Amino acid sequence: MPWLSYRKALNRALVDELARDPAVFVLGEDVRVAVSNVTAGLLKRFGPDRVLDTPLSEQAFTSFATGAALRGRRPVIEFQIPALLYLAFEQIVNQAHKFSLMTGGQTRVPVTYLVPGSGSRTGWAGQHSDHPYALFAHAGVKTVVPATPEDAYGLLTTAIRDDDPVVVFAPAAALDVRVDLDHDGLAPVPLGVGRVHREGEDVTVVAVGHLVHDAVAVAEELAGDVSVEVFDPRTVYPFDWDGLAASLAKTGRLVVVDDSNRMCGIAAEVLATAAEGCDLVVPPVRVTRPDGAVVPFARGLDLAVQPDRAQLTAAIRKVLKQ
Amino acid sequence: MALLTAVAAHAPDSDVGLYRTVRLIRRFEERAVELVRSGDIIGGIHPYTGQEAVAAGVCAALRVDDMITSTHRGHGHVLAKGADPARTLAELAGRATGLNRGRGGSMHAADFGSGILGANAIVGANGAITAGAAWAARQDGGDQVAVSFFGDGAVNQGVLLEAMNLAALWRLPTLFVCENNGYATTLTVTDAVAGTITGRGEAFGMPSVTVDGMDPRAVLDAAREAVDRARAGGGPSLVECLTYRFDAHHTWEHKARVRYRDDDEVRSGRERDPVEIQGARLTCDERTSVDADVEAVVDAAVAFALDSPHPDPVGALDHLYATGMRARPGGGG
Ligand SMILES: Cc1ncc(C[n+]2csc(CCOP(=O)(O)OP(=O)(O)O)c2C)c(N)n1
Repeated sequence: MPWLSYRKALNRALVDELARDPAVFVLGEDVRVAVSNVTAGLLKRFGPDRVLDTPLSEQAFTSFATGAALRGRRPVIEFQIPALLYLAFEQIVNQAHKFSLMTGGQTRVPVTYLVPGSGSRTGWAGQHSDHPYALFAHAGVKTVVPATPEDAYGLLTTAIRDDDPVVVFAPAAALDVRVDLDHDGLAPVPLGVGRVHREGEDVTVVAVGHLVHDAVAVAEELAGDVSVEVFDPRTVYPFDWDGLAASLAKTGRLVVVDDSNRMCGIAAEVLATAAEGCDLVVPPVRVTRPDGAVVPFARGLDLAVQPDRAQLTAAIRKVLKQ
Repeated sequence: MALLTAVAAHAPDSDVGLYRTVRLIRRFEERAVELVRSGDIIGGIHPYTGQEAVAAGVCAALRVDDMITSTHRGHGHVLAKGADPARTLAELAGRATGLNRGRGGSMHAADFGSGILGANAIVGANGAITAGAAWAARQDGGDQVAVSFFGDGAVNQGVLLEAMNLAALWRLPTLFVCENNGYATTLTVTDAVAGTITGRGEAFGMPSVTVDGMDPRAVLDAAREAVDRARAGGGPSLVECLTYRFDAHHTWEHKARVRYRDDDEVRSGRERDPVEIQGARLTCDERTSVDADVEAVVDAAVAFALDSPHPDPVGALDHLYATGMRARPGGGG
């Protein structure tokens, strides 16, 4: 079977959606030359009217996409780095997201914001290493963080077809993940439906994005000793609360591993919801970046603020001891 | 009824049509301010009185299928573009029958059926949305034009300048209309704008003119030239309209008792009244009949708004997601 990388999966999703729906177009910085590789080949196949190189005007091109969406288009914006979302926060959260309600349902804004290379990229330091998905989840913007190539394909496809704005975070640490997969098996993945990567009885580990792979590895390591269930929400907003509840009904123990800041993060929300509505036999534990972390440059410092496998293992042991 | 039909028969770009629009906006705003005072409109409004010639002149140069985006001071634009006054007023009063079903209020009035893509409460935010809508319309093969209205305060917002660059670079059928009323809330334009407002447009290679924004015909002439150029593929233009806001920045201003304009200035500003300037171009009979027509329309709008039901709080978050997704409730229990 052919190998499919995460990056290529994003590319295939764009190709397939551009081919399927003439309302779809792609815009962003250097998308024609495809500096990120994600938009490779699109210009040649779909031409300059469907693949727009924009000037460095994040605020304008983000709302330009909104305006085009108001006229029936389905724009996909590629952002070169996650920090650009801070520049365009007004345009996404305050404009695109609010249009449907504020107009009393007169319109929809089906824009997809694709962020390939989110989270720490080795050696890119403070302004290139954030993973700000919780901000969008908090604001109520649909937010997905695929972990695998097939989910990257499936969730990006669904995001493009969704009638609301959707932010798609593709973690830098997942871009080179490859799976042995029949390309014909690629299909849309619904938003808000989690995926159990590994069944287990003793503890549920909720892992987001690239950390799913770490969680599975830790689960394998502990296999003889502890039975770990790895739950990947895939979409952080809407979140698959039913899937989480079903897993916790089985295990009663919860660890969340999330590569974003601790304060008001996704892990906090998962813990709170589990505490409110699920039967936990022991207090849950979360493994995250520190509060308000800014990723430092030096490799050792960078790694020190990211959740790692040792922390996850310790967290699992902690909830099992009680 | 015969009277209404007679007035409606005049095209919006005729002298009678322009007068009807400025008069309609004026009376609508005056009545809306009364409804703020009586507590029927909560939160207050940004009155457009004094600036009517801009909305009337620009929108008279547009077709129904052309598009506009508007601002926090948007009622005039919305009415001039053809929204139903009764549903507009119902929106200001937060009623279920409002343009936005009571979800938008004064600062977000939108009517997609009339080409009104929404008023916007973030200063300078609408220009880029307008550019995107103009681009998509052109891609569809249409010759529609999209207009962005904004104040002199907005010309210092980076996103608006970014939008002008995109529009000029891609020769989009866009019209940037700056309503220079001399103030951004209390800050004078001379204390805020380095260079000139038309200079902003010229920097991007856009034809940019300044017109008398108190005279509907002067605005119409400039807008028509720019709209025709945009329709013919000639790209965007900037029209700066020199105008004057007769009333407060916002209805709270009377309570806040802020002072930033002296009485003489306001008095002389009000001397050039667009309703009078345009009214002088009509016969006495014409004017009387338009005034009566407008009065009937506004009376009916007030009655409609106040008789309309309030939206059901159960549906407070209806339309949050176009897909119908429901958010988790916030209450405890
Ligand atoms: C980006 C932004 N900054 C500040 C405000 C608060 N605010 C609302 S209206 C206004 C003044 C706007 O002045 P101008 O653009 O000249 O329009 P005018 O009120 O004169 O019609 C300000 C500062 C806002 N809504 N948006």
